[in-house]
Amino acid sequence: MTERSARASAKTHRWAELVDGVRRGDHGAASRALSVIVNEGKDCDALAREFFKCSGSAQKIGVSGPPGAGKSTLTGRLIGQYRSQRLTVGVLAVDPSSSISGGAFLGDRLRIMEHATDPGVFIRSLASRGMVGGLTYAIFGAIHVLEALGCGKILIETVGTGQDEVDIASVADSVLYVTTPSMGDEIQAMKAGAMEIGDIFVVNKADLAGKDKALADLKAALGLGRGAGQEGQAWEPPVMAACAKSGEGAAELAGALESHWTYLKSSGEGRARLKTQHAAELQFWIQRRVLKTARDRVTDTALEEMVSHKIDPASLGRRILKTS
Amino acid sequence: MNKPLRILIAKPGLDGHDRGAKVIVRALRDAGFEVIYTGIRQTPEMIAAAAMQEDVDAVGLSLLSGAHLTLFPAICKQLKKKGIKDVLVFGGGIIPDEDVAALKKAGVDRVFGPGTSLQLIVDYLKETLS
Repeated sequence: MTERSARASAKTHRWAELVDGVRRGDHGAASRALSVIVNEGKDCDALAREFFKCSGSAQKIGVSGPPGAGKSTLTGRLIGQYRSQRLTVGVLAVDPSSSISGGAFLGDRLRIMEHATDPGVFIRSLASRGMVGGLTYAIFGAIHVLEALGCGKILIETVGTGQDEVDIASVADSVLYVTTPSMGDEIQAMKAGAMEIGDIFVVNKADLAGKDKALADLKAALGLGRGAGQEGQAWEPPVMAACAKSGEGAAELAGALESHWTYLKSSGEGRARLKTQHAAELQFWIQRRVLKTARDRVTDTALEEMVSHKIDPASLGRRILKTS
Repeated sequence: MNKPLRILIAKPGLDGHDRGAKVIVRALRDAGFEVIYTGIRQTPEMIAAAAMQEDVDAVGLSLLSGAHLTLFPAICKQLKKKGIKDVLVFGGGIIPDEDVAALKKAGVDRVFGPGTSLQLIVDYLKETLS
């Protein structure tokens, strides 16, 4: 055996061990595998392939909503509900990377530290690393690691979103949209974007004034008609109240999520969503690969040519992508 | 693009004074690190579990209560127990100079006292972890 093939085979062996470790439920192995996947090392595709084989059976729950609505605290409450049913839970919490320093403050975990030492809970904080839309490019790869780990429920918490971050809808099976009293009237709730993608709506901080009006406004807006692409669905998105701080409403919320999961599995909508998810995963992969390849081909000479008007951006772009 | 280094900042024990920890979190974020903060009143087990699940490059401990000689070594022990051997542990807070040798022996690589410049901590992490 040559030295090179010996090295390659040692590496394959190490990876097989890592994959086996994750499948056995080893949190340390899952953590190392997640790092390989999210850092997009040169061999991460081969590792991701193994985890992809384990995908498709866990319920992936997206938790979305504006910053400060209580997404993390509510996530903590849902973990408690699932643990009381002896289900294993994975959490992927995404927070924004600074576009200036590249650094990030990942602050979701501190809201759910009470579950830190529970062997049935695995929590990983992820930085958005340049992706706009509330998620990170490696999100699918990370989900597949947690699926291989054996998590029955996977909670994906997005960056606090504005009005049009809807990527979570093509990542999760069930989308929980978290809002609070005083987030605006029904006119706000009628706008396109984030409000269109909720499978369940929660008015959190229900101990604050204005809860009933917020519930009524949301119901009124949802009662005006189905969203585009949702016409054929039998699922009516429920509007619920919760107080994540006290835990009020958490059991009902877990119940609604279970009903949605049952609906997905029994209606064919679940399979349709899985297909949408795989399409999005493929799209993310292509975007990353094409962009990275193209960026690597941009030379300083080419930039100089643009400065001296020898070439325009579109022509240079075509040359880089080798299209005519 | 190099992958950002990941740092866990933790506050063990019964000490609610976390302004210092938050200043460090902020400085590291601005220096390009991905920083995870545990919040206050954490047990050594909770901190070690967080370090493992987050696969961090370093763990920074902040303590002002005087219990560092008990808690810092306990955390190093928990990290080893979880099989995390290559993580850098550093500390800060109100820690008398005469205690530093004992902490180093327990596995704390470096202790930063009040008044340390943030740039010094950033440079230390970048150099040690590169």
